[in-house]
Amino acid sequence: MSERIDRLSGEDVLVEVRDLKVHFPIKRGVLFDRTVGHVKAVDGVDLRITRGQTYGLVGESGCGKSTLGRALLQLTPPTSGEVSFDGVELTTLAPNKLRTMRRRMQMIFQDPMSSLDPRQNVESILTEGLQAHGIGGDRNSRRKIISETLDQVGLPRWALSRYPHEFSGGQRQRIGIARALVLGPELIVADEPVSALDVSIQAQVVNLLDELQDNLGLTYLVIAHDLAVVRHISDTVGVMYLGALVEEAPSDRLYTEPLHPYTRALMSAVPVPDPDVEDRRERILIAGDLPSPANPPSGCRFHTRCPWAQPTRCADERPELRDIGGSRVACHWAEQIASGELRRHKVSVEITRPAGEGEDPSVVSAPTEPGSFV
Amino acid sequence: MALLDVEDLSVTFARRGQRTVRAVDGVSFSVEAGEVVGLVGESGCGKSVTSLAIMGLLPKQPGLQVAGKAVFDGTDLLQLDDRSRRDIRGRDVAMIFQDPLSSLNPVVPIGLQVTEVLTRHRGMKGEAAAKEAAQLLDRVGIPDPRRRLKEYPHQLSGGMRQRALIAMAVACQPRLLIADEPTTALDVTIQAQILELLKDLVRDSGTALVMITHDLGVVAGMCDTINVLYGGRVVETARRRPLFRQPRHPYTVGLLGSVPRLDAGRGERLNPIPGSVRDLLPWPDGCAFAPRCDRRVDACVGEPPDLVLTHDGRSYRCVNPAPLPGLTPGAEARETRPGQATPGSVPAQAVPDDPPAAPGLAAAPSEEETP
Repeated sequence: MSERIDRLSGEDVLVEVRDLKVHFPIKRGVLFDRTVGHVKAVDGVDLRITRGQTYGLVGESGCGKSTLGRALLQLTPPTSGEVSFDGVELTTLAPNKLRTMRRRMQMIFQDPMSSLDPRQNVESILTEGLQAHGIGGDRNSRRKIISETLDQVGLPRWALSRYPHEFSGGQRQRIGIARALVLGPELIVADEPVSALDVSIQAQVVNLLDELQDNLGLTYLVIAHDLAVVRHISDTVGVMYLGALVEEAPSDRLYTEPLHPYTRALMSAVPVPDPDVEDRRERILIAGDLPSPANPPSGCRFHTRCPWAQPTRCADERPELRDIGGSRVACHWAEQIASGELRRHKVSVEITRPAGEGEDPSVVSAPTEPGSFV
Repeated sequence: MALLDVEDLSVTFARRGQRTVRAVDGVSFSVEAGEVVGLVGESGCGKSVTSLAIMGLLPKQPGLQVAGKAVFDGTDLLQLDDRSRRDIRGRDVAMIFQDPLSSLNPVVPIGLQVTEVLTRHRGMKGEAAAKEAAQLLDRVGIPDPRRRLKEYPHQLSGGMRQRALIAMAVACQPRLLIADEPTTALDVTIQAQILELLKDLVRDSGTALVMITHDLGVVAGMCDTINVLYGGRVVETARRRPLFRQPRHPYTVGLLGSVPRLDAGRGERLNPIPGSVRDLLPWPDGCAFAPRCDRRVDACVGEPPDLVLTHDGRSYRCVNPAPLPGLTPGAEARETRPGQATPGSVPAQAVPDDPPAAPGLAAAPSEEETP
């Protein structure tokens, strides 16, 4: 248990992930399944989540953020790497021990309709976990736990005898949250908890998650593609690109001083509901689409689309996460980009850009100074 | 004279043994040439049905009733027969849909789908059509267009598919483009690319654009005029800056309060709208938003709220709007138009499969899910 307390920062680390890799084999052939390659969904991720805090994971679809969340809970077996939860190594834990650990780490899914059994009523959905873990001796004490949980998530008591289809989307997501809460977990992994909901309902659920954290001291790993939502609820945000973290920073700092080119582009792409902000800011458009994770680019994964890509190092040397003033960034040139040293070079890229080419690193605009585009 | 004038558009779906559903109820808005107009609202508010009705794309089924006018350049699109409507559709008015994969034909190469438009409306054939199609793909930023022409939709990425769809829509340089949630299915960086492309197209060709979306951020960056819809009605119309700076209708206020903003601090609480979109009053009995509204007064219930037109060219449909600083309530009103409603019908959002057994508990699934 001694490694739980980080000696350097004195932080109480609940989850520590070291060099986690999840590779899915690509198989071909009818009689003999030949493995012809691997989709590197998660390819070397290190992160630590402090107890009682929220870690937000953002990235575009296909960047491996959901796989990372599932691998952390051992729902998808990791290919290599280590995951320690409160000092216990999960990857090598015996199945029955792992099952008892699961009580302490729960998951909330994106689509509440497909993650709830349509033939189970709410009471049975909530009791199942309690029975499996042998919590609450008899029916009455279980009922007591369940009704307390219902109060916490803001559902009425009579919801118990109803079925998922009788609820609206927001209420269904509350049932999903109640199912995770009923076991009294310490860590909750929320995979796109609000993206299936309408705007006005999203806010209700986001506020609920905030409240629960304040009241119960929960630790969250929130996975979402919506940067605004993640920034709103997270203390620390990690940005993923093609299976790896490219930047990790406190959420305010990530917004005011994004260091990685991808983070900058991502930040400038999120629409803000304010015409003044929208008119003032300059967009950094990154061209083209996410490369295939089965055949990721050499060197820095982002160099094929990076507006700041340099002729040296970027294409052949994979950048490690480095500490720069409180953020961790995987970019060889982060300091030079932040100081504006590399900006001039970028302008020349803009001029020589072939018209209508979508796949070359074609840059439209650069921030006048770091972090000033919003 | 506006390019498109939608007046009192109503769409009702009647089914035997059930209450008539009023998906769109008296929607009026106009689009000037070269203007970008936004229709904003949550799922079920009637924004998509409005666009489908204008384009004449609603499935012809018994019980469907479309009333009102949609005057495009002097012709009422709703009165046209199918033949002449097909001439206008694609040539003068074009549409971009939300999900590019389901709106492209999966078994026909991209090239054929683009040249089909050119052949139908511009009479181009063979090599000339192929050349033009390649130019179109090039214009919307698809690299190596000659090769892409031979490819099938599944071979393209989501962003590229949406670009192909836009290429088809702008093939005949339409004067009006209707984009129904064009970026909802896309990632944020791809969304930025597509929005930038749409902006360029509008700026370069003077095409008017009707942007249908649920994302207030998208609207803030693109639209000149914004219509906010709730329960099948336009509840507020305003230019972009006034709407975001001083929203008047409580629903607009609520929407703006519930969106987490990228430039807001951590821990600032959101102010969500209580309840769900399914809690609403049928229009004849009062304002549909009344059950969720924090500015509700007695006058909200009983009869539909009047449309108030203000001196500064805005309008809202609210009895007790959010106050403006320095103005006595009611002083800014220039004209009021009484709300109309057909008795007995219910808004689409309120259609339950079976009546809710307890207050606040609605029945039908998937009504709140973002399209």
